[in-house]
Amino acid sequence: MTGFGYSLTPSSRINLDDKDKEKWNKLIDLEPDVLKCMACGSCTASCTAGIFTKTSLRSAILYLQNGQEKQAMEYVKSCLLCGKCFMVCPRAINTRHLLLSISKIYTLK
Amino acid sequence: MKTDLYKNYIKNANTHRMNNNVIIIGGGPSGLEASAQLHKMGYKVFLIEKDSQLGGHLAKWDRLFPDSIEAKSILENILENINGVKYFLNTEVESITLLDKEYNVILSNGTTIPATAILVACGFDLFPAEKKEEYGYGIYDHVITNADLENWFKTGLDDRIVKNPKRIGFVHCVGSRDEKAGNRYCSKVCCATAVKQACEVKEAFPDAEVFCFYMDLRMFGKGYEELYLKAQKDYGVRFIRGRVSEVAENIDKQLVIKAEDTLSGKPVKVTLDLLVLMAGMKNCVSSAKIANLFSLKTDEYGFFTGKDSIYKLQYSNKEGIFHAGACTGPKTLPESLHEARAAALAIDNYIKSLE
Repeated sequence: MTGFGYSLTPSSRINLDDKDKEKWNKLIDLEPDVLKCMACGSCTASCTAGIFTKTSLRSAILYLQNGQEKQAMEYVKSCLLCGKCFMVCPRAINTRHLLLSISKIYTLK
Repeated sequence: MKTDLYKNYIKNANTHRMNNNVIIIGGGPSGLEASAQLHKMGYKVFLIEKDSQLGGHLAKWDRLFPDSIEAKSILENILENINGVKYFLNTEVESITLLDKEYNVILSNGTTIPATAILVACGFDLFPAEKKEEYGYGIYDHVITNADLENWFKTGLDDRIVKNPKRIGFVHCVGSRDEKAGNRYCSKVCCATAVKQACEVKEAFPDAEVFCFYMDLRMFGKGYEELYLKAQKDYGVRFIRGRVSEVAENIDKQLVIKAEDTLSGKPVKVTLDLLVLMAGMKNCVSSAKIANLFSLKTDEYGFFTGKDSIYKLQYSNKEGIFHAGACTGPKTLPESLHEARAAALAIDNYIKSLE
């Protein structure tokens, strides 16, 4: 193709057609409760690490649902596994266990 | 020819109405409205109320959403129509026996009443906000509930409300949509109540900033969305989409709120002078006893279940026993009143079918 000397910025649109479902389905198998999240933000609000880092389980779940794995990891990599979010979750999701499963499946380094 | 005329006369005279008693359990809006309707039809109605006054929660409320109609004027309208209904205050049902097609009901005051049909309209209780300990109701000085605020609108008396609060917050879904509180369901009326109260509190304290912490705003009824718009546009209420996770008290007895502003994806902190908890609805305290006495079906939360959830909601699983109002689940006031009228018709049809 002929180059015109300029390029377009890659689209920032979330493309659900391209979502890699393999890991997400694996996560659902291990942690079916992840589907119960109603994005109320209790976990993020009570997060010990959340004030200083951008730790937010709610955001991570949203990004994983959208197939944006890289961004999702940014929101969980600083988690201290203190389990405070488990105490406040109104849908009684075992958040600590979920975080460990996310780290297992998406191989956090 | 004559006999035909006579038969027709008897058919239209609705004599079944004069010969049958109906017992209504619960003197709240739905119990009162059903009493009024059945009384008008000609039935002998006996109303049983465990409290010392009629009116239920309506008697304790100040104004009603969406038009801020005074609760008092609605209650007066309802009460006007129960003249002639025999009612018992401070009374509960003690036992019940089924004799052929008639129930024999013994009350706690020793009275025995035979009845062909019974309407259970025992309503709801407010969720006890102190159970959500992290919000500090009964622990911190300036945390109140929606019912406390209505009482303050009515009487002007409440030491927990400071003279000139600078910041006031409302927490939606207290004891609703919360598995930890044992209530997964939505209480339905608290969203509109919170928005109404946010406007009213802004009227009372024009200089105060008012915040509503919500998860979803369920403004489903006619005029509710307009109320929401009014709260934003005319009263400047700030809506923050996030559930309050914890409340702490600082040295000045102010309340420090922690939540996530989920729309910006950041934890948020705000210091308030008054916090209002929107306590949801739970089953009425006496519903378990009534369910037990009458062998009525309830759901996992203790609300009564109708024969189905759409067409036969007013019919219980027992012949001759009916439901109306919030004893089957959270309801708005107009819904409870409509159900009371529907139940009155269902009872009339049932008794007629026995003749």
